[in-house]
Amino acid sequence: MDNKKTLWRSIVPPFVMIAVIFIAWELIVRLELVDRWLVPSPIEVLIEMGRGWERLSEHWLATLKLTMLGYVGGAVFGVLLGVLLHFIPIFRSAMYPVLVLSQNIPVIVIAPIITMLLGFSILPKVLLIVLVCFFPICIAMLSGLAQVDHNLRNYMGMIGSSRWQQFRHLELPNSISSLFSGLKIAATYSVSTAVVAEWLSPKVGLGGYMILSSRGYMPERVFAAVTLIVLSSLLLFWIVGLIEKLIVRWQPRKEAA
Amino acid sequence: MLQLKGIHKSFVTKGLKREVLRDINFSVNDGEFVSIIGPSGSGKTTLFQLIGGLQQVDAGEIWLNQENITGKQGHISYMPQQASLLPWYTVKRNVALALQISGVSKREAQQQAGQWLEQVGLGEYSNEYPHKLSGGMSQRVSFLRALLSPQKLMLLDEPFGALDALTRLHMQQWLLSIWEQHRRSVLLVTHSIEEALLLSDRIIVFSANPATVVDEIVVPFPRPRKSELWSDRRFNELKQRIYEQLEG
Repeated sequence: MDNKKTLWRSIVPPFVMIAVIFIAWELIVRLELVDRWLVPSPIEVLIEMGRGWERLSEHWLATLKLTMLGYVGGAVFGVLLGVLLHFIPIFRSAMYPVLVLSQNIPVIVIAPIITMLLGFSILPKVLLIVLVCFFPICIAMLSGLAQVDHNLRNYMGMIGSSRWQQFRHLELPNSISSLFSGLKIAATYSVSTAVVAEWLSPKVGLGGYMILSSRGYMPERVFAAVTLIVLSSLLLFWIVGLIEKLIVRWQPRKEAA
Repeated sequence: MLQLKGIHKSFVTKGLKREVLRDINFSVNDGEFVSIIGPSGSGKTTLFQLIGGLQQVDAGEIWLNQENITGKQGHISYMPQQASLLPWYTVKRNVALALQISGVSKREAQQQAGQWLEQVGLGEYSNEYPHKLSGGMSQRVSFLRALLSPQKLMLLDEPFGALDALTRLHMQQWLLSIWEQHRRSVLLVTHSIEEALLLSDRIIVFSANPATVVDEIVVPFPRPRKSELWSDRRFNELKQRIYEQLEG
């Protein structure tokens, strides 16, 4: 009974809030407080989504594919680099500032450079997502591997476990929940980076669709694309959370947040 | 079995040298239960880390079964103050892991762990994760894990220090009953004089700063022992003697 109550309390307020925002938005457009060609009403966006669904879904699938390629690539690279840096402390202290530095160069600057170097294929786009995604994953992995409970480490040492055994049974499992918070942050980054990457050569994908629609003064289409981008981001985030729940079974279940 | 010969150890912190252990000599015989008792901060944990090979001695030698193990790891089994069960493995897997690390094959380790958990009445927790266990239960699993490991010497580092008084009494009884059936050489560190008297064959009394061996007491009570010992006259005399040495 109490659980149901808390569940309601966690679900209802955000829904009411979103509904209020949409109604207000719809009213503002209806009352012509802004120009229609600048901001479309939510209902018009929905209608446009239905009308152009065939083409829109093609672009959406292209964006999803690009996102997944970049995200999985970034995750694999981030985890491997994290493990490597963890095993070679001197490499870690050498690389850490470089890693942080690499994240301070805006994507807008890197994107055209990579495109000019590698051409207009899918490769530079994937690479851009990998570059953006690997960082939070690598950092999360590193701290997860390093922040091992002192008592557990002492125990494993006392019974004479090897470096590999400590990694396999202590450090690696310990890093999992930290790794997943990195994976979740990177999940949202990956979608928005995919969109930016698609601006570069707008053939397929929501990013290109957005740019072309915007140049053609078709704001309903732009907002339809934005809606799908937001949905993709939520979807990916949710999938990562689901995988985490499947893997991390040893923690006491938290009460509904 | 275990022999400590003239162990010295100091630490340097902020340029100040602090002597922790000074000329520690004692031994543990085969199948003997020996306790070390001393004021807190008397370097007992450091001594364990030296025997376990996690720290290096400044001088002296540690021998186990006619083999010099000074600074070498993997020759002892260990039960720490905090149960230190890996939270991501089930109870059974935790017990089996300790066996695996000491060289038992994975399948055999799993099988032994399962059998023993049944035997000591922890069978129903076999497939639970450690966070479901109470403090006392965790320590039982932790003790079993140390007992099953093939190494001949067990080090118990204040194993019941974090438990409440009643659980502590139950645990001492439980440990005693299992150990009396499955004799192993044990070196126990404790703060509790009663605990040392109840469990051990011999008690080594440490002084603090730096730790030296002040006394060695042979505990005269026959086994199997019961907690009725507490009202024994000799028990209280020994307790008084150790208490005075610790105050010393």
